[in-house]
Amino acid sequence: MFNFLVMEGRGTVRNIGRDKTLVMMPCLYMIALLVVFSVTLQFAKAAGEEEILLMATTTSTDNTGLLEYLMPAFTEKTGIGIKWISTGTGKALKLGENCDVDVLLVHAPQAEIDFIDKGFGIDRREIMYNDFVLIGPTDDPANISGKTVSEALQAVRSSSNIFVSRGDESGTHKMERALWQGADIPTPEQETWYRQSGQGMLPTITMAAELRGYTLTDRGTYIKYESAAAGKPSLVILVEGDTVLLNQYSVMPVNPKHCPSVKYEKAQAFSDWMAGEEAQQLIGEFKLLDKQLFTPNAAR
Amino acid sequence: MDFIQEGFVQAYALLVSLDPATYSAIGATIRASTLAMAASLLLGIPLGYVLGYFDFLLKKQLRIIVDTLLSLPTVFIGLVIYALLTRNGPLGEAGLLFTIPGIAIGQAILSLPIIIALTATSVEASDRNLHITLMSLGANRKQIAISTLWEVRLGILAAAVTATGRVLTEVGISLMVGGNIKWHTRTITTAIALETSKGEFGMGIALGLVLLLIALTVNILLAGLRRRI
Repeated sequence: MFNFLVMEGRGTVRNIGRDKTLVMMPCLYMIALLVVFSVTLQFAKAAGEEEILLMATTTSTDNTGLLEYLMPAFTEKTGIGIKWISTGTGKALKLGENCDVDVLLVHAPQAEIDFIDKGFGIDRREIMYNDFVLIGPTDDPANISGKTVSEALQAVRSSSNIFVSRGDESGTHKMERALWQGADIPTPEQETWYRQSGQGMLPTITMAAELRGYTLTDRGTYIKYESAAAGKPSLVILVEGDTVLLNQYSVMPVNPKHCPSVKYEKAQAFSDWMAGEEAQQLIGEFKLLDKQLFTPNAAR
Repeated sequence: MDFIQEGFVQAYALLVSLDPATYSAIGATIRASTLAMAASLLLGIPLGYVLGYFDFLLKKQLRIIVDTLLSLPTVFIGLVIYALLTRNGPLGEAGLLFTIPGIAIGQAILSLPIIIALTATSVEASDRNLHITLMSLGANRKQIAISTLWEVRLGILAAAVTATGRVLTEVGISLMVGGNIKWHTRTITTAIALETSKGEFGMGIALGLVLLLIALTVNILLAGLRRRI
């Protein structure tokens, strides 16, 4: 008797086969679970289809507080609720291409036009601009202060001083690459003085400050950095005002022909409102630390 | 360094002033992780039990696969779940992208291997003589299986504690599948990532402390449960 038990030991394949209840129980359990899950999924589906406009935008519009300032007025005027995901322009466009959002508010004109050419977007409309600035250490080791952007970048290269790039396919990164190109310099990917942070704008500025390097930033983020440094920032604005530094923001609904599920009419209503008088005035009045950040320029 | 001190002060202020954005993030965190833990416990305990209790073909290989899945990077899970839930993806029709249940699916996948592996280990480590004793007492197989499961309850609780810790603190899935939408899918961890990227280090530390407080509460509750059973 004892021998028999020991030989049998804990369950074996043969045992399972012989005892039907032991096999049936887990099977029934799993089937019950599946039923519960699919019912839950149906509920989740119903809840997920609320009539709210979903927008993908860039971190600059969200981090500066512009959207939280602007969107309640939009909802009040039109009765359309809006949610937004703020991310790099590259990912924002990807979300549009995959039909996961209804409308885009981004700032990379060339990428936007490509996006429309591929049939993913439609009715691009320019809304406002802000500008980029080149910043660097107060003592300006590469001596770029007051130069044009092209001259400044050439000076950075010949001095081999550290330059920190976003390196994340964001609108700012795309702008920076366009500026190198405009200065007839191949993007210095391989150079030891060229560092790609792969992070957001503020971490990139912080990194440039630690490394005593130069970087390209939008003015809004620089204002934030400057105020956090309490009057003694280690990086200052050295080049500004060049027309190539203007940063155009546009609204663009996702093309309903490409994505039948998008809320195209609501997206169009959003686009109309953003280009309208009320929003344009609100954008012009928006201040961060007492400085105007965005200049409205929608075509009237 | 000032921001660490500032973080403690702000954490207190956020909680006491009932800051709506903070409580919304706390709510999102708790809802997503509760759903994820419920699903992974329901699925994971029976599977872990089967893996630890029975001998079957390819069991060792299966065990290695489960142990490997313990190293699933959260960003990778987030990306895979995004690919499944995107409008053009196989499950796009369900409309789960950028929702709390969507995050929960990813977190359940994160938690499942932990529950399975730790349950299986504690079943394997349970007293080998238990089976023989129960059998000699005349228990049938169903009773033996249930008694064994009961004997390893503390091991399963430990699995739940470990998995809860992982689920509460992950950021990759919440960011990719949830989209960090304020008032909707912004969890505490994605809020920390955002505040850090905005340079609001003090606020980031404050939110981190809030998350630790939640973990403390959960663990006090589980410790109470452990004493009772």
